[in-house]
Formats: sequence, C-alpha cells, structure tokens
Amino acid sequence: MAAYIARRIGQALLVIWLAYTLVFLAVQLLPNDPVTIFLSADAAANPETIAAMKAQYGYDQPLLVQYFNQLTGLFRGDFGYSLASGQPVSERIGSVASSTLVLASSAFVAAVALAVLLVASATLVRQSWLKRFIINLPPLFAAVPVFWLGLVLLQLLSIQLGIMSLFPDGSFASIAVPVLVLAIHISAPIAQVLLKSVDNVHAQPFVDVLRAKGASPSWIFFRHTLKNAAAPAMTISGITVGTLLAGSVITETVFARSGLGQVVLQAVTAQDVALVQGMVLLTATAFVLVNLVVDLLYPLLDPRILKSGTHGAPRALVA
Amino acid sequence: MSTIASASALLDISGLSITYGHGDEAVVAAQNIDLTLKPGEIVALVGESGSGKSTLSKAIIGLLPQSARILGGSINLGGENLLSRSERELASIRGRRIGMVPQDPGASLDPVKTVGSQISEVFRLHPQGHKLSRVELRAEVIRLLELVGIDTPEQRISQYPHELSGGLKQRVLIAIAFALKPELLIADEPTSALDVTVQQTVLEVFTKLARELGTAVIFVTHDLAVATDIADRIVVMQHGQIREDRPVLEILRSPEDAYTRMLLTEATASGDASRIATGMGAITVPAIEVAGLTQIYGRGKTERAAVDEVSFAVRPGTTFSLVGESGSGKSTTARMIMRLLEPTAGTVKIHGQDVTHARGIDKRELWRSLQLVYQNPDSALDPRYSVSRIISEPLENYKVGSKAERRLRVAELLDAVNLPTRMAALGAKELSGGQRQRVAIARALALGAKTLVLDEALSALDVLTQAQILALLEDLQVNQGLSYLFISHDLHVVERISHDVGVMRQGRLVEVGTATQVLNNPTSEYTRLLLDSNPGALLREMATN
Repeated sequence: MAAYIARRIGQALLVIWLAYTLVFLAVQLLPNDPVTIFLSADAAANPETIAAMKAQYGYDQPLLVQYFNQLTGLFRGDFGYSLASGQPVSERIGSVASSTLVLASSAFVAAVALAVLLVASATLVRQSWLKRFIINLPPLFAAVPVFWLGLVLLQLLSIQLGIMSLFPDGSFASIAVPVLVLAIHISAPIAQVLLKSVDNVHAQPFVDVLRAKGASPSWIFFRHTLKNAAAPAMTISGITVGTLLAGSVITETVFARSGLGQVVLQAVTAQDVALVQGMVLLTATAFVLVNLVVDLLYPLLDPRILKSGTHGAPRALVA
Repeated sequence: MSTIASASALLDISGLSITYGHGDEAVVAAQNIDLTLKPGEIVALVGESGSGKSTLSKAIIGLLPQSARILGGSINLGGENLLSRSERELASIRGRRIGMVPQDPGASLDPVKTVGSQISEVFRLHPQGHKLSRVELRAEVIRLLELVGIDTPEQRISQYPHELSGGLKQRVLIAIAFALKPELLIADEPTSALDVTVQQTVLEVFTKLARELGTAVIFVTHDLAVATDIADRIVVMQHGQIREDRPVLEILRSPEDAYTRMLLTEATASGDASRIATGMGAITVPAIEVAGLTQIYGRGKTERAAVDEVSFAVRPGTTFSLVGESGSGKSTTARMIMRLLEPTAGTVKIHGQDVTHARGIDKRELWRSLQLVYQNPDSALDPRYSVSRIISEPLENYKVGSKAERRLRVAELLDAVNLPTRMAALGAKELSGGQRQRVAIARALALGAKTLVLDEALSALDVLTQAQILALLEDLQVNQGLSYLFISHDLHVVERISHDVGVMRQGRLVEVGTATQVLNNPTSEYTRLLLDSNPGALLREMATN
C-alpha cells in the first residue's frame, strides 16, 4: 500500500513539473518577452521603462536562471508578479480563488449526485419508456452549452419571473442556479460512463447469484453494483476537472460573479503573461491533485488493484 | 411420465412452455414440460446447449432473462404455484426455499466484497425471527465454511474472492446455497469450470450436504458421466422437450430414446489409436521435439517455474496429448512451441528444424507449417469478418495466390472441414460453436500446415459436437498426414484421440508414454489420481460389461 501511494505521489509531482516546463517553454516561444508584449499595448513605450521593468521582474536574466528561479519560487508558493497590477500572482489569484472553489466544488458534488441519481433511476424503474427517457438525458446534458443554459435560466428566473437577482446578492438562488448549470454539464459524461459500467456489471454471473439469494434490484444496485461500477466513473470524474474549471469561468461571466473567470479574462485581455502562466499552473495542479485522490481511492473500491500492482507476475501464469 | 402422486411431491411442473422473443422470430426453449421431484431427490438434467435445460432450471428459480416468455403451465413448489407469485414474493422464496449453485465460480462472487459478508448476506436478506447479532452472524458463517470443508474459516471470512482458488470459491457458493437449508437446490453445471480432482471433492461435499439435509437437487449438466455418478434419476432433454426421465440404472441398462442412446454411446466410446496416417511409415523425424523446455516467471522470491525441463516428441502423423490441471504449464508449453513465448531454456524442433531462436522471417516461415487452434471459437474469430475472409486471411498475410486462387482454396478448405460452400459468405456470429471450430481448423490449415497445436480445442463444445470434431480431426490426420499436439484436461477425449500421452503437473512432465500405457497402467501416483477423479465410474462399469 505504501509503495502504491508513494508511486502515485511521485507521478503527480512529475506531471506538475512537466506542466511547468511546458508552460515556461511556451512563453519563450512568444515573439517577445512578457514585459515587451505587455507594454506593446502602449503605443510609445519608453525603452528605458521596458528595461527597468524587465530588471524588476527578472526577465533580463539568462533563460536557465529564469527557469530555476521560477521553479524554486513555485515551491515557496511564489508565482511571480502580475505585470498589470504589480501584485504577486499568488495574491491576485488567492483573493478570488475561494469564490471559484466554492462554485466548482459544489458543482462537482452536485454533478456526481445527479449522475448517481440518473443511473439509479434508469436501472431501477420498471417502466421501459421512463427508462429510455432517463437514459437519453445525459447526451442531452452534454449537448447543451453552459453559457446557453445559464442565459436561458437568467432570462427566465430573473427577467421573466423575477425570483432571482441578475447579479450575485448572496441569496440561495444566486449560488444554486450557477451550481446547477455547471453540474448538469459535468454530470453528463459521469452518468454515461457509470451507466455503461453498471450494464457491464449486471451482465456478470455474480448478479444472478445475488438474485438467487433473494436480493431485490435496489439491494443489488446499492450494495454491490455501485461499488463494482464506480472505478471507470471515478476516472471520468477526475478528468472532468478541466471542464469544471473552464465551465466555472463561463458561468462566472454569465452570472457576473467575481472569481478566477474574471482574472483570466483580464489577464488575457491585458496580455499579462505572468498572470496567465500562474493560472495555467494552478489549473494543472488542481487537475493533478484531483486525479491523485482518485488514484488513491481505487484500492478502497477494488482490493484486486493493489494485488496486481505489487506482484509483477505475468498473466500467463494463470492460463 | 412420473408415477409419484403430486400430493407428496416437492416440485411439480406441468405443461410448462417457454419461448424467447416475439412473433415469427420466437424460439421455443421449453415445450410442454412435466417434471416432478420428491423431497430429497437428486435429479440430473442432461442435454446439449440449447436443449432447454438451463431455461427450465432458470424458470424454476424465477431468473429467466427479460426476453423469455412463459406461454403456459405451472411450477408448483410445495403446492403453491410460483408463476402466480409477485416479484417480491419470489424474492422471499429465493435463497430461503430454493437455492442456486452457479456454473462459473470464478465470476459468481462479488469481487469487491469479502467472502464472509457474502455468506452472511443471506441471513440479512432473510431475517428469521430475531435479528442475528454480529457475533451470531460470524459464528453462523464459520459453521457454514466448516460444513463445506474449508480450513481456517476465521481467516477466510475477511478474504476477497480473488484470494481463493476455483474449488474454494465453489465451496463458498455451496455454503451460500445451503445456508438457510432450502428444500430445493438448482445446480447449473456447478463443476464444469473446475479441474477433475477438484471437481470430485466439490461434488462429494455437495452431494453429502444434500443427502444429510434432505435437499432436493436439480443438477444441470452436459456431462453424462457426472450425472450418473451423483443422481437418483436422469432427465434427458433435447430441443426443449424431455426425452427420457428414469432412474439412473434403468437408463444406463436400457435407454429407450434414440437420443439418449446416442449420448450414452458417445460418453462411453473409446479411441481407435490403430489409425495411421497415409504415407507416414517412412518418415521418422518428429513433428515436434522439445528438450529441456523451461519457462521461469518472476525473479528472486517470486521466482516460479511455470514449465520445468519438459522433453517429449510428437511422432509424425500421430496425436500427442498433454494432460494436466489448470496451472500445470500445458498452455505455456504450447505457446513456447508456437514461439509466441520466449523459452527461458531448452530447445524446440519443428519437423527436425531447430526453431528455438527463430525470429523475424524465420518465425513467419515456421507458422506456415505449424498452426494453433484455440480453446474458445467464439473469441478466436473476428465477429465482423465473413467466413471466407477469416479463412483467406493467412493467405493474404503471406501473399499466397491471386484473388481467384484464394477463393478456390477457401472452397477446398471448407470442403475439407465438411462445411457447405455457401457458408463462406456468412458472418462468424451466425455459426454454431461446432461450425466455428471447423472454421478455425480450416484457417489453421490454409497455408498447408502439417502440424496443429490444439489448445483445449474441444472444451467449449457439447459432447456430440465434440465427437463430430474429433472425427474430423481423425479424418484429416489420416488423409493429410497431420500431426497434433492436443492439450486437454478432459481424459475422456484424450483417451479417444491420442497415440501418446504426457501428463503434466506443476510444470513438470510426470509421465509420458503410449496412450494405452499411461491410461491403463499409469506408473505415477498423480496420473492414477487424475484417472480416479475422472467422473463416470458407473458408466465405465456398464460399458465394460
């Protein structure tokens, strides 16, 4: 078990380092250094100003030094300085991150709950027309764009019915509606994979044995199927983190919420490369962390995973 | 059909008819079935796949698939008709009054739950009287595990299914089935996935429990030998109908139905090893010769020899059978001979040529003369290919002949394996198991292979289909001078086809000799054990008299 955890953590660190390196290289591929790009919006930037700013933010150093300075900075939580505001990137992000974190994590939890609810009802309802209807919901959810659903709900709830404010006012609706919009979109791939996985589990002989024991369909679903079918759905949930962050940006814009979405928008518009770089790294890290958690949860679901991980014996042995 | 008054019967099925599908496409799976069981009676339900035996057994326990429709009849258990019960009422009968022992122990336990929780689940599903406490439940589970002969039950409780062998898993499933002392047990081919020696002990445990607890059993099997060993009565099914329903001894002495007679003949048929391939007298170079063949897996502490210094030769134009239980190294040996696996040590000679280190083009050349036929014809053929494409694929891969010539060769090969030429256009999915295996053999012969490695090639087939494929293999051997390396755990088939036999155990070849020597006068203890475990003692006795 300890070896498994150590290996997964090692892999996670490796991926974050690779992401950093990739982003650093991508910045070098830009036609100019970040400061020149940032100041190019200003028609007649003074070369002296440029040189002074470069020196201040360390962009005048040799590349290798920049690479290692920024890398060691990462470990201290130092992501450099935003060129637009002069604030540290970590502060700029940190000041609004909590709002996005609340939105994204609530949406994630809601999405998983919605997916399980959909799959449970699709599996357990007796009426075949209702079953077919539920099975067709996830593809629909996946097809509806987040911004469209958000705008439609805003139009309906605040302009037509007037039961929700156009701007976040701290009411329940002003947080629940954005969360729901995001959750519906995220739940689609999770529900689709879980549904498929449940079908596979139900085709296995042990389910017949359970029925022969006298277990009801809901007993089988909640006590056996779900645990067996969870692994592929968890893998997909981990991967949706990317979609989740992208969706948060859109949702925040639609519902005029402050958060990372706003920061990204500003950073890109102002060509604030350092801030963009920080955002990319933050996203990569969030992605890696969630997937690390998923990896560490697998052995709790299926005891066979550790077994196959630690024993190098080829499968031919059992043939 | 039965003389027992239905008043004293435990199970009374009358006029039961079941179909699959609707309208014109409906397939009749059971037709007007009448069957009665007394309490404590063990009845074997025998027939080929598709005979309706599984449908009948599933109908009794109420586990028919959704596509099945019951057209009429009744299933009475202790006087109440199960067909008029609601799903909820049936659930309370299942596991409590009717139990089931499934076919494939490997996949019949939930892989992510402990053994103990899966046994105690029966008690939680059917709470009787007061609720059992954790301690009481644990004691019950331990008692059940001991009952089915599992040692150190305290440790087994917290183990997961993958930590148990196939035989132990089946014992756990038997413990689950017997937990609430049901009046009736349905056992659906419960030992067909197990090795012979394991099969015997599991059957012993099972029948002993049934006799002690007075449980009536419907034992579904395609193996007449197993049926005669354990049952009081045998019910023979074919095409959804009951052909014959009589006590074991009567059915063995004087089978009335033609189909029963055919099954019995096949079950007792012995081989004719005197056949010799034409024009093979002069050639003495072995078709396959291996010396000191070894395969070691793992390193250090986990090091284990899957195959350990195995040496034998397959005489040209004859059949050499490699027998042994699963894990004995038979298939690993075959894969090394096929050069699909690199041997750790030893040499492989095919038709006198050392191919131990053949690679690249040499390996491809080797596969012209040496081919493999797999166990499972279902997964060995691409379901999206037509038969002609499957058979001509090796010709295309080796760029043999023009398109027209290939088509001619496919027709020739279909003819050689006794399949009508019109089948060339069919998809692999549309064929029966036996037909698929014929296609697999035709594909193996496409490039003119002289030696075939048949890895459990008959294991997935019915007795009668097995007999047909065996006859085909014998014909091909005589007419085309083929040599076979035949890998099997089924001693009955081995006895029939082999000239020579090698017995493997834990990677070693423990005995090798002519079929008559090995099977009639085994010198090793292990071969004797295998032969004794082979089911059908009663059947053999009858056959020799």
